[in-house]
Amino acid sequence: MSRAALLVLADGRFPAGGHAHSGGAEAAVRAGRITDAPSLEEFCRGRLHTGGAVTAALAAAAALDADPGELDRAADARTPSPALRAAARRLGRQLMRAARATWPHPELDALARRFPKGAHQPVVLGLAARAAGLGPEDAAYCSAYEGVSGPATAVVRLLSLDPFDATAVLARLAPEVDRVVQDAVDVARRAVSEGPDVLPARSAPLLETGAEAHATWPVRLFAS
Amino acid sequence: MHLDHHHDGPAAVSADAHRPDGTRRALRIGLGGPVGSGKTATVAALCRALREELSLAVVTNDIYTREDAEFLLREAVLPPERISAVETGACPHTAIRDDISANLEAVEDLEDEVGPLDLVLVESGGDNLTATFSKGLVDAQIFVIDVAGGDDIPRKGGPGVSTADLLVVNKTDLAPYVGSDLARMAADAKAQRGELPVVLQSLRSEDGVRDVADWVRARLAAWTA
Ligand SMILES: Nc1nc2c(ncn2[C@@H]2O[C@H](COP(=O)(O)OP(=O)(O)OP(=O)(O)O)[C@@H](O)[C@H]2O)c(=O)[nH]1
Ligand SMILES: [Mg+2]
Repeated sequence: MSRAALLVLADGRFPAGGHAHSGGAEAAVRAGRITDAPSLEEFCRGRLHTGGAVTAALAAAAALDADPGELDRAADARTPSPALRAAARRLGRQLMRAARATWPHPELDALARRFPKGAHQPVVLGLAARAAGLGPEDAAYCSAYEGVSGPATAVVRLLSLDPFDATAVLARLAPEVDRVVQDAVDVARRAVSEGPDVLPARSAPLLETGAEAHATWPVRLFAS
Repeated sequence: MHLDHHHDGPAAVSADAHRPDGTRRALRIGLGGPVGSGKTATVAALCRALREELSLAVVTNDIYTREDAEFLLREAVLPPERISAVETGACPHTAIRDDISANLEAVEDLEDEVGPLDLVLVESGGDNLTATFSKGLVDAQIFVIDVAGGDDIPRKGGPGVSTADLLVVNKTDLAPYVGSDLARMAADAKAQRGELPVVLQSLRSEDGVRDVADWVRARLAAWTA
């Protein structure tokens, strides 16, 4: 296994469509909930321990070879907002394209055939990690980290926040990302034997309602 | 670039000239250039000029609105199902160069849903002089500048002006009002571009898009040859 493969997959420049999404930050900025670096940190912390914990566990389970179809249904059940489900599938489809071109693998081909319009992004991410020769912990790290780095990058653009402050927020969250990843891998191992119902189902209602409102805005910078 | 010919799933790599079923995909032409130079107006004029002879679709990349797509819809240059808008997250050049996935998806969905298509025009959001399209997204690109943006732009060069397959200097009708020297713009463009073609056009004049439409026809003839 190549450690550097993890850097390729986790790189914010990996061309899988994420740059057009704010992870709910655009709606939170408009609602006045993110105004500066401290409020960005609170937003990211909330996201990490709710949706982030769920997607990290899904990604880890997919990397462990849990059935991707079942995981995709589990992801749907844990994503009440139709706008967020659509965004997750769109990002899954875009990641699928990038992953198949980067690490060609029959399991990715099979998932692409089964979900031509896209499976949930964390499920694709887990399989992409497998195709790259990476493990469940790596997949969970990619998922948990991009769940906070995406909003941080978006807020730099939305608020002209100092990029050094935004990056420091990510550094302060790092120990919590470690803990979320550890929990995600533990529960993913259980999900392989006991089924996806044991996966966490935490949600953040403001992210869900914010995403629904955001999807109706006529003028916006980010797709979600 | 030919990873996926024998699979029946969606293509892995889309610069490939063939669709998953083995047929030749549509020619894709990108239109980039600074804000307000006339990209959407050129797309609209091309649609009007070519829609009788070709099966066409358009992808727009608006920066924070759906204005370009809505303009094309309002002008009814094509039926609505042939126009698709991509959201670019505040960074138009990223979506056409560094991470082309959303644009590729839009192009492929158009081919699946309204195809077969001969030609897909991809309009970039208005950007700076360094914004160019990835070869993974388009087969050829047109860079549109205008005389009102300053007649020194061809001299300044940059990747768009110097390397685009076609440079269009638009709004020549405005040259007398903004004091732009068309001959100088043409000479500077020639110096930057060597043999690469340049068209000076005004879309305010009758059949103003004719030269660009002829260039597109020639690219298409080469593509299908
Ligand atoms: N006088 C004159 N005006 C033109 C010409 N072509 C376009 N325009 C006008 O220029 C303005 C901008 O044109 P668009 O086609 O929207 O420009 P664009 O490059 O698509 O702009 P963005 O997408 O916002 O970057 C519009 O008001 C057009 O009507 C031309 O040849 N002459
Ligand atoms: Mg336009």
